[in-house]
Amino acid sequence: MNALIALRRGVLNQIAIIRQSPLGTVGALIVLFFVIVAILAPFLAPHGAWTTLKDASGRIATLQPPSAEFWLGTTFLGRDLLSQMMWAARTTIFIGLVSGLISIVIGANVGLFSGYYGGRIDEVLMRFTDIVYGMPFLPFIIVLIALFGRSQSFVILAIVLIVWRTSARVVRAQTLALKQRQFVLAARARGCSDLRIIYRHIMPNILPLLLLYTAFNIAWSIIAEAGAAFLGFGDPEHLSWGGMLYELWISGQIRTAWWWFAFPSVAIISLVSALVFISRAYEEVANPRLRQR
Amino acid sequence: MLLELDNLCVSYATRAGPVHAVEGVKLDVGENEVLGLAGESGCGKTTLIRSLLRLLPKGAGVSADRLAWKGHDLAPLSDRDFRRRIMWNEISLVPQSAQASLNPVYRVGDQIIEAIEEHADMTPAAAKARVAELFDLVGLEPGLISAYPHEFSGGMRQRAMIAMALVLDPALVIMDEPTTGLDVLVQERIIRKVRELREISGNSILLITHDISVIAEMSDRIAIMYGGQIMEVAAAIDMFEEPVHPYTLGLKNAFPSIKQIGKPLISIPGSPPSLLGGVAGCPFAPRCPFAVERCRSERPVLKEIAPGHTAACHRSGEAEFMRARASEKQTWQFSKSAA
Repeated sequence: MNALIALRRGVLNQIAIIRQSPLGTVGALIVLFFVIVAILAPFLAPHGAWTTLKDASGRIATLQPPSAEFWLGTTFLGRDLLSQMMWAARTTIFIGLVSGLISIVIGANVGLFSGYYGGRIDEVLMRFTDIVYGMPFLPFIIVLIALFGRSQSFVILAIVLIVWRTSARVVRAQTLALKQRQFVLAARARGCSDLRIIYRHIMPNILPLLLLYTAFNIAWSIIAEAGAAFLGFGDPEHLSWGGMLYELWISGQIRTAWWWFAFPSVAIISLVSALVFISRAYEEVANPRLRQR
Repeated sequence: MLLELDNLCVSYATRAGPVHAVEGVKLDVGENEVLGLAGESGCGKTTLIRSLLRLLPKGAGVSADRLAWKGHDLAPLSDRDFRRRIMWNEISLVPQSAQASLNPVYRVGDQIIEAIEEHADMTPAAAKARVAELFDLVGLEPGLISAYPHEFSGGMRQRAMIAMALVLDPALVIMDEPTTGLDVLVQERIIRKVRELREISGNSILLITHDISVIAEMSDRIAIMYGGQIMEVAAAIDMFEEPVHPYTLGLKNAFPSIKQIGKPLISIPGSPPSLLGGVAGCPFAPRCPFAVERCRSERPVLKEIAPGHTAACHRSGEAEFMRARASEKQTWQFSKSAA
């Protein structure tokens, strides 16, 4: 019961933080829109993602511009773009969310342990982070896909292995500063274990930063997934917005079918921007200097 | 005796070599006693108590001939057992700058309850009641239990930290600079409160401060520390009436006396020694107007001068002479030119 009340208070607090910033509110509404569409895609989408549609005369409805019948037009193979957009939103948001969350968990833990323990642990973890910093994303995912095949889990794995690095460094820097604070020594004096100090005393103090980087990591994961899918490294069974652009590219219609090109791109841009807007609202909490005077 | 220390040494390994922050300290705290430990900033007071409580950073080396609590040697105890059994149940700490010692994201009451949870089996309700009891004892309103640290003033935070230290009724409370950073009126209130609490509970207090007036007001016995070593230990009255060590004499000069308003203060020339690589003789010798050749080569040990009064000075036999000369300003100026 107490946990429920705490959860409710936590959620309300987050909403209050985002609402303080007009940009954050806009971002939250955009994200909410896409999330609802993604969840309700099975009910909202007029057609399947891979259904080939025919027009009144019985011919395949290929490359139809937006019309009353096909709101967002159709693809080269006569598939409804609106339905594809909705189904693809599921993949994009799922991969973005899962990779973003896993990467913040890894990044936060690496940063916390590295910063708190220092010494050899710090040295090992941070040199490892440096190595990851040296790895370019696309060649890395190409090698990974070449080795294991085009499956969704390996796309997520590839994204996570790259995206966690920034959050690890930032969290480490904050931990280094916080562990010098008097209340950490006081906690140690009253008998708190290292783990308790890390998770109960240091982590709550960097929570705004963690939320900020969660939003960032999700945004980066979506961009990474779109990039990989556009190059043809997405899971062929799960259409994403980047995957739609890949199909456009291989169909050779990129100069003529503007709608096929415009809608997925605009969706990627607006979802990523919306996440950046939200992170901006958190950044104002983490870094009060950004607040408007 | 509650706490006995003999020949306690703490050194830090640095790139320039070992720093002997605490050297050969012999000290004990009796039951129901307030022992004041005084010295300049950087003389090793805080390092001394942190070594005792195992709160030193990695890279600090601690050794002692004897380190005992209630007659039991503490050395064989693992860090974990020490934290569980000794800390807070037996010895608690009001840390330096207690005002910054509360975690800003938790309610003050919850942080005190955390201290209880780590060390005692108490139901949440009992723990809560105990916190309320202590808030009452230190003079904080019960409504403040669920307030956050930023809602407290400096003096209130200090009292909350004292409440936290007393929560399991330990035999010894170590207070590291409990009044530093507070204005004199709040200082006075805190001091009065601590005295009051001591009368109720009968705990011993190890009081660490550089403020001689606080020490004078609260302590039964006083230990003077300089350059990582104990210079002089005596009952509070003896320390002020019949100090022996030249450093104590100098300290006494440097504090304003209410009986001699307007009289210029005499300060000790020079600055505390670098503890890098250790000091051969008496650490105070370079600043001491009474230093002789022996002081620079041979380290003085604590010798009993009168019952319960010890000093580490080669010339402690000439106390009368030094006391007379130390109140003259030229004595210390001579030392400045020598240094």
